[in-house]
Amino acid sequence: MTAPPTGLTERVRGGRARRAPVLLWVPAAVVVAAMLLPLAYLAVRSLEGGWQEVAEVVLDGETLAVLGRSALLAATVTAASVAIAVPLAWLTARTDLPGRTAWAVLAALPLVVPSYVGGFVLVSTLGPRGMLQGFLEPLGVERLPEIYGFPGAALALTLFTYPYVFLTVRGALRGMDPAMEEAARSLGSGGWETFFRVTLPQLRPAIMAGALLVALYALSDFGAVSLLQYDSFSAEIYLQYRSAFDRTPAAILALMLVALTIAVLLVEGRTRGRGRYHGSTAARPAATVALGRWRWPALLFCGGVVVLALAAPVGVLVFWLVRGLAEGEPLRPLWTAAWSSVYASGLAAGVTVLAAFPVAILSVRYRGKASGLVERTTYLGYALPGIVLALSLVFFGANYAPWAYQTLGLLVFAYAIHFLPQAVGAVRSGLLQVRPSVEEAARGLGRGPLRVAATVTAPLASAGITAGAALVFLTTMKELPATLLLGPTGFETLATRIWSATSEAFFARAAAPALLLIALSAVPMYLVVIRERAK
Amino acid sequence: MKLSFSGRLWVLLVALAALALLAAACGEPPPDQSAEGGGQSAGETTGEGATEETTSEETTSEETTSEETTAQEALTPGEGSLVVYSGRSEELVGPVFEQFEERSGVDVQVRYGETAELAATILEEGENSPADLFFAQDPGALGALDDEGRLTELPDEVLDAVPARFRADDGDWVGTSGRARVVAYNTEELSAGDLPDSIFDFTDPRWEGRIGWAPTNGSFQAFVTALRVLEGEDRARAWLEGVQANDPFVYPDNLTAVEGVASGEVDVAFVNHYYLFQVREEEGEDIPVRNYYLKDGDPGALVLAAGAGILDGAENPQAAEEFLEYVLSEEAQQYFADETHEYPLIEGVEIDEELPPLSEIQSPNVDLSNLDDLGGTLELLQETGVL
Repeated sequence: MTAPPTGLTERVRGGRARRAPVLLWVPAAVVVAAMLLPLAYLAVRSLEGGWQEVAEVVLDGETLAVLGRSALLAATVTAASVAIAVPLAWLTARTDLPGRTAWAVLAALPLVVPSYVGGFVLVSTLGPRGMLQGFLEPLGVERLPEIYGFPGAALALTLFTYPYVFLTVRGALRGMDPAMEEAARSLGSGGWETFFRVTLPQLRPAIMAGALLVALYALSDFGAVSLLQYDSFSAEIYLQYRSAFDRTPAAILALMLVALTIAVLLVEGRTRGRGRYHGSTAARPAATVALGRWRWPALLFCGGVVVLALAAPVGVLVFWLVRGLAEGEPLRPLWTAAWSSVYASGLAAGVTVLAAFPVAILSVRYRGKASGLVERTTYLGYALPGIVLALSLVFFGANYAPWAYQTLGLLVFAYAIHFLPQAVGAVRSGLLQVRPSVEEAARGLGRGPLRVAATVTAPLASAGITAGAALVFLTTMKELPATLLLGPTGFETLATRIWSATSEAFFARAAAPALLLIALSAVPMYLVVIRERAK
Repeated sequence: MKLSFSGRLWVLLVALAALALLAAACGEPPPDQSAEGGGQSAGETTGEGATEETTSEETTSEETTSEETTAQEALTPGEGSLVVYSGRSEELVGPVFEQFEERSGVDVQVRYGETAELAATILEEGENSPADLFFAQDPGALGALDDEGRLTELPDEVLDAVPARFRADDGDWVGTSGRARVVAYNTEELSAGDLPDSIFDFTDPRWEGRIGWAPTNGSFQAFVTALRVLEGEDRARAWLEGVQANDPFVYPDNLTAVEGVASGEVDVAFVNHYYLFQVREEEGEDIPVRNYYLKDGDPGALVLAAGAGILDGAENPQAAEEFLEYVLSEEAQQYFADETHEYPLIEGVEIDEELPPLSEIQSPNVDLSNLDDLGGTLELLQETGVL
């Protein structure tokens, strides 16, 4: 994919011969050490009962069946997300779809809906005797088909995670040099052929990056699967903690989930290839495709996705809020919780992006086994269910760092471990579009490596950096288990307010913080999408 | 244009990092002053608490130089502050803590979470746990901590306030409010006369497709444990298999189960008595659901309790004892009766007129501290395919 004039030299430069400076290795090593903390905890806990117990849990037929079910769920959700997100991204980035910027913002927004809220809404609207059935009752519909189990869980997870793929693919479409596609068209390829043979292959890294986040999220999620009653592996782990108080089997199960994660990463690594995606000249916008009559089905498709994934949950929340207010439920002040959410999430976004930077530079500019391993390690924390990560830091914090335990610092550290791959992925794809020769020119003109990173690399990769920060920000806004267990005592966020209300089923009380959480998370999401347009 | 925006972005990132350091120096954002629910003017107490916090933060940040040292109320020893890990939600027990603060002048720091997760947290924290008191949703979690020797014996005046069946045998935890297991039924489909005396009758095929339950719920599991203790392993297994054969509707929790009864999704659900009142608060008084109490000491009429215990490493056991005395006072027990619709465990407190008094429930004769074999119950639930 490299432009012809520089291709040869770059291949030489990109080879393994080049060694990364200490300035990069040291922070990267610190990041890796942090990522391994939860794994160390899990290993210690797993072996507490001896190898015998490990073997018993691992070789249990039921355990393996549940692991298989989780893998199936993750695969289905990932495939469905790609199928929804790629057309959405192409329509909003490359065509004359009416209101395409608005559609882009709306299509990205479902990511801000927490899965425990989205799942809940899905159950109460599409459940056998849910709201939809209520509307259809006059038509003689007594019961809707079951959504519980696999279909419901897959639907919920797809609706609220496909934006990972949408965002990365849309970013790649906008950053892509159109020269290749133009060449293909001028050589006589049709529109579809060009898309499948030229555009899609160039999108592969973006699709894979998004798909990886979707797959790992689907493995770790507990909120949606528990509400939709799908017996997944993460639900099994929660069950061990919740009803058995025995931490050893839970730890062994969590390690099995880590093994599955590593398998997913290996598969993804094989397909990633060795392509480089920076164009030959500064990127210019691609020509807009006129949809013509296809405009209507396209609008219907965008509308359908947005209604299901965004309008329905928000509408139901507003309905609950209004109903609660009508029945005299007071609106409680939420500003302190909202500020805590924004403040903690902002810190998490800043810290995580800073931590992601050395890892991303290593993996893009100093490719090799070691740097690849470093980058992959960052995904391990992401696939762990929140409760597992939280308890591992409870263990280390209380026993080895009591001065940091139950402080905002340790909480932000937990967020960073949990969400680092989102930032690494985004920063990485930002860096992939920056030509190393620009950095080298700056170095040649006498700037130090840190200054080059700050004044040349970071600004050029800023789209990726902003996207990474925004992703971390809004997933932190939704985070619950670590916030409850590791936050300073009395620390309240919007997520904990929602939890507190729903755990005793005050829907009206949960609706207000949930709507505020969605609204506040939407702001950075909006900025990311809008900013891409400015390019 | 592009570069300058990006430049500013970079500045923003650096500023964020600087903010992180600054935050470490100044501590966390102000704690929420959510004075709400039944609490009367908690303003004064909250104010005092805030001042105390500021001073303790200052001392901590002077002592250590690390950037991660922020607000550190939890580990600051003594000085009249009580650290509670509460598995009961703030919506329900927040006002009790506020009232206690006001009555006693003790500053209360509460960490809310799921009961089992907090129990696991305390176990992970080991001796370094900042918690003085564990306020749990069910006796199972307290039993788990007790088994690991993490609770200390309570004084007699606390233990003697409640009937013997609502406290630990070894005196390490005490019940604070009671919950009865009931059969919630849809009044449009059934009347009380249609319902059997015993939970065992629900294995009859006529209940096929009409039952709702929530097998992951702690109270449900405590009920199954009681079933095993009272009737033996085989009868318990037969009951689970029998209901399972009737294709019951599985709910994630008691509350959605009662909602299922209200919407007609199922005709009956095995739940705790007070969820009916919560669903009424949400959906209005006229929902077609009533509670039915099983008879003649049936395991299905079990009365469970939420409870609390003092931790072995408590830095302020005195305040923790004071709090337990307050929770078992008439004022706090009346609050539970009025607001959470639970059963008070001390004498002389008025309950909702719709509820039968605790003494009239024909509950089985079982000691709550004998219900600690949750592992065995879990295994049985998994073997029978219920979980």
